[in-house]
Amino acid sequence: MKRFSALVALLLALVWVGTTLAPRGNPGAFDLAAFGRLPVLADGRIKPMDTIARSGLLMLQGRQRLAASDGRAVLPEEWLLDVFFRPEEADGYRIFRIDNAEVLSLFGLGAGESAGQVRFSFAQLQSGLPELDRQSELAGPVDAAARTAFQRAVVELREHLEYYSRLKYSLQTPDKFDLLAALGDPGRLAAGRPGFEAMGTFSPLRAIPPPAPSARIDEWQSMGQSLLATLARGPVNPAARSYAELARAWRDGRPDAFNSAAGAYQAELSSRFAPLARRCSFEALFNRAEPFYTSLVLYVAAFLLAVVSWLKWPAELGRAAFRLMALAFLVATAGIVARMWLEGRPPVTNLYSSALFIGWGSVALCLVLERINRNAVASSAGSLIGFGTLVIAHNLSLSGDTLEMMRAVLDSNFWLSTHVVTVTTGYASTFLAGFLAIIYIVRGVFTRTLDRPIADSLARMVYGIVCFATLFSFVGTVLGGIWADQSWGRFWGWDPKENGALIIVLWNAVILHCRWAGLVRQRGLMCLAVFGNIVTAWSWFGTNMLGVGLHSYGFTNAAFQGLVAFVALQLAVIGLAAIPRAKWRSAALAGAA
Amino acid sequence: MASPRPNPLALFTSLRLTVALLLLSIVLIFAATLDQVHLGVWGVQQKYFRSFFVFSQIPGTGFLFPVFPGGYLLGAVLIVNLVAAHFYRFRFSWRKSGIWLTHIGLILLLVGEGLSGILQQDHQMRIDVGQSRRYSESFRETELAVTETTHPGYDEVVAIPAALLTEGRSIQHPMLPFLVKPVAYYPNATLRMRSQTPGAPPGPATAGEGTDIVATPIPETTKPDESNWPTGYVELAGPEGPVGTFLVSTMMDQSEAFAYQGRTWRIALRAKRDYLPFSITLLKFTHDIYPGTDIPRDFASTIRLRSDDGRDDRQVRIFMNNPLRFGGRAFYQAGYANNDRTTVLQVVRNPSWRIPYVSCALIVLGLIVQFGIHLLAFFRRRLGAPAGVRAPAVGSGGSGPDLASCPPSP
Repeated sequence: MKRFSALVALLLALVWVGTTLAPRGNPGAFDLAAFGRLPVLADGRIKPMDTIARSGLLMLQGRQRLAASDGRAVLPEEWLLDVFFRPEEADGYRIFRIDNAEVLSLFGLGAGESAGQVRFSFAQLQSGLPELDRQSELAGPVDAAARTAFQRAVVELREHLEYYSRLKYSLQTPDKFDLLAALGDPGRLAAGRPGFEAMGTFSPLRAIPPPAPSARIDEWQSMGQSLLATLARGPVNPAARSYAELARAWRDGRPDAFNSAAGAYQAELSSRFAPLARRCSFEALFNRAEPFYTSLVLYVAAFLLAVVSWLKWPAELGRAAFRLMALAFLVATAGIVARMWLEGRPPVTNLYSSALFIGWGSVALCLVLERINRNAVASSAGSLIGFGTLVIAHNLSLSGDTLEMMRAVLDSNFWLSTHVVTVTTGYASTFLAGFLAIIYIVRGVFTRTLDRPIADSLARMVYGIVCFATLFSFVGTVLGGIWADQSWGRFWGWDPKENGALIIVLWNAVILHCRWAGLVRQRGLMCLAVFGNIVTAWSWFGTNMLGVGLHSYGFTNAAFQGLVAFVALQLAVIGLAAIPRAKWRSAALAGAA
Repeated sequence: MASPRPNPLALFTSLRLTVALLLLSIVLIFAATLDQVHLGVWGVQQKYFRSFFVFSQIPGTGFLFPVFPGGYLLGAVLIVNLVAAHFYRFRFSWRKSGIWLTHIGLILLLVGEGLSGILQQDHQMRIDVGQSRRYSESFRETELAVTETTHPGYDEVVAIPAALLTEGRSIQHPMLPFLVKPVAYYPNATLRMRSQTPGAPPGPATAGEGTDIVATPIPETTKPDESNWPTGYVELAGPEGPVGTFLVSTMMDQSEAFAYQGRTWRIALRAKRDYLPFSITLLKFTHDIYPGTDIPRDFASTIRLRSDDGRDDRQVRIFMNNPLRFGGRAFYQAGYANNDRTTVLQVVRNPSWRIPYVSCALIVLGLIVQFGIHLLAFFRRRLGAPAGVRAPAVGSGGSGPDLASCPPSP
């Protein structure tokens, strides 16, 4: 058992990773996966219906999991189909997350029967919509940064309800209009004009590709626009007909008709828009495989194994931890590469992907460090950062689709792949030095496992990583300056994000000079490195919060609270390190300052 | 290490001073970042970075009190510290070559930032489609323009910097047949029609639109989303008596016209102009968005550039991340207005713009060399050490200024 533990752990993990990639069967007779692959233009890019469903659920209710009122699990595609074609059913799903008690009281919810609930259905909220509208109109003119928690919650809920209501107009009007029948009967089709106009106005999706193969995505139309074009000119777009068939089959509960319509449309798309159809199929597979979730679980396992290895079976469990971390890293790498391919961009394009990349970079460094030192220290730090950054990424994904289009000023793959990647590597390595230092302090104070060789090896790692961090954060900051000079005409503008990066560089320089000046030894080096976590967290998130006004934004905002908690934790660790060396449980180091 | 008596030379060359300066800089930058919420980025630069001291006002009084060293002071002391350390403490050796490069680059970077602060000019150009412009306008500085419009073929302009108006002394100019006497000057003011402000005291204006307007001075703003509206009263006086006192303000669209001695004139306060030896004509402005969204994809101005010497006459496309560098200036796509019919170009003139490039290249090279030397030494030790014997630890041996450039060697 002991001898093979590392191998067993790796094999188990590999099998599990394999299952996440296996195509998942459809729970019912409907081929939901085929529907999930269908392409649609939304937010400036073509994506599969699956992404619309998942990012919609994440945005509205903070998770992808959904249950019907009878407790049956509802898949994201199933939910989306109901929104499109059976809105009366969709209105009963509890998908609107409301945390603010004052907003709940607007709807008369949060007490009595609904006490303790956080998610509500459209049907539950419907009667309160006029009042919500009024409140949101009151909050509208208030500057976004100056809004109260209640006003922010009102505006956000209003946006969510509006998005949901608009989704209902994507492929069909929410009334019982039988589109498929009307497509064969010009008189009935003409009667649908007001409905089509509403669909053209409200739909957030453009699901109908141009009739002839075309690379121009602005030729994609919404269902409403396509039907109005049919009224004006005659021919029915085959995609519109396919969606009408899907609509009727879904409403009537006829899987055979649904599957054949989905299959036929998919085949037709594959012949005309082959690369696009391939990309959408891949994205749907990527969504279902959830590589970052898999990676997160593996990091947790690796971290636990690494920590246990300090106490028992150091060689075997240490190896197991290393292998699991390596596997988690490979899975995360695959996920990041998949995103890069889908987006056609370098790895970091927004805050979400910066979280992924910071984790990835730290773990990559830890893999190297662990190969050099083989004492499970870098494995524990790496898996901890990997886990933490993926949790942060998950929370950042709640605002919608994370493959966003780049604003004009950022639209430069050259600078995204040089400046952004380097400066993010600087963040990653500064965090890594800080987490290694935390391990030093926590192990030293609470366990007897921090002996001289481990302590020295940690000190070497922290020092080396600080050097690395200095180089990368400096180069990254400079490249940012050059980008700014190229696009805005000034090398340095003292903008909050620039200042944050500069403070990281300066702090790393302080650490190095303190050590060179003999102002600190091992323990002091560790304290400085832990403070580096605060500096980096400030630059990464704090400066963004400032951008919308620190004075009014903060205290009810979850991200701000998270940042404050993180800073407090780091200060607590530094406080721990201040305990005299003789009182540490690993007191053997007492002589070493 | 430190001698018992403080020795100024030892102080200026010490690494402790370096660490202290770095820490002070961090505090300064952090405070400035927070203060941006109130002051805006320009105000913060003036208060924190382009100053020797950060001043704070004693509440209830107008007294300013220095509370923290400013950017210029910290930068200057850091330069002294670096230079002194290199002269007195370091001796050049190849093992320290990376540190030398890094520090030389750093000195250059600090000097360059200081020069940019002094030399850089930020202007803008607003051009409508089809229109030509041959001057840029300052964001912040204003000037009083007195234009003689008598001649049908050309105008003659005398531009007086607003700074002279604040001094309050009369200005005499050979091209003007009258004296310009500043009566009042406000860096920021609001204008209201006199008819809508009953009870307002009579203003100094005796001629032109200004007689119907009440100007009220208000505090200057540095917020990014607000503008200052400099306003003033100027009296024009000829040898035989006053011509009139005019209200001038950047808020007024029209300049004031008047006649004197049979010649016609206009007077206005306007953004300070920088006339260019070439003209820029806006041929086309495009503003692309991603389909189905309002996320901007690109802004681009297609312009025709014609130089006065006739050597340049060509079309240029200025768009995001692709400025035009011409005539010692760089033109950036900065914005648009007027339903995409007007482009706003930012015009930057900074003769020292290359310094950061050079200095950063030096620093990066220095860091790579220095950390590369560390890394090589580390691996050489590991390879050289017999199995099972660990290299001596970082920080466990003696550390001191001698280690300034390298990890402890075995």
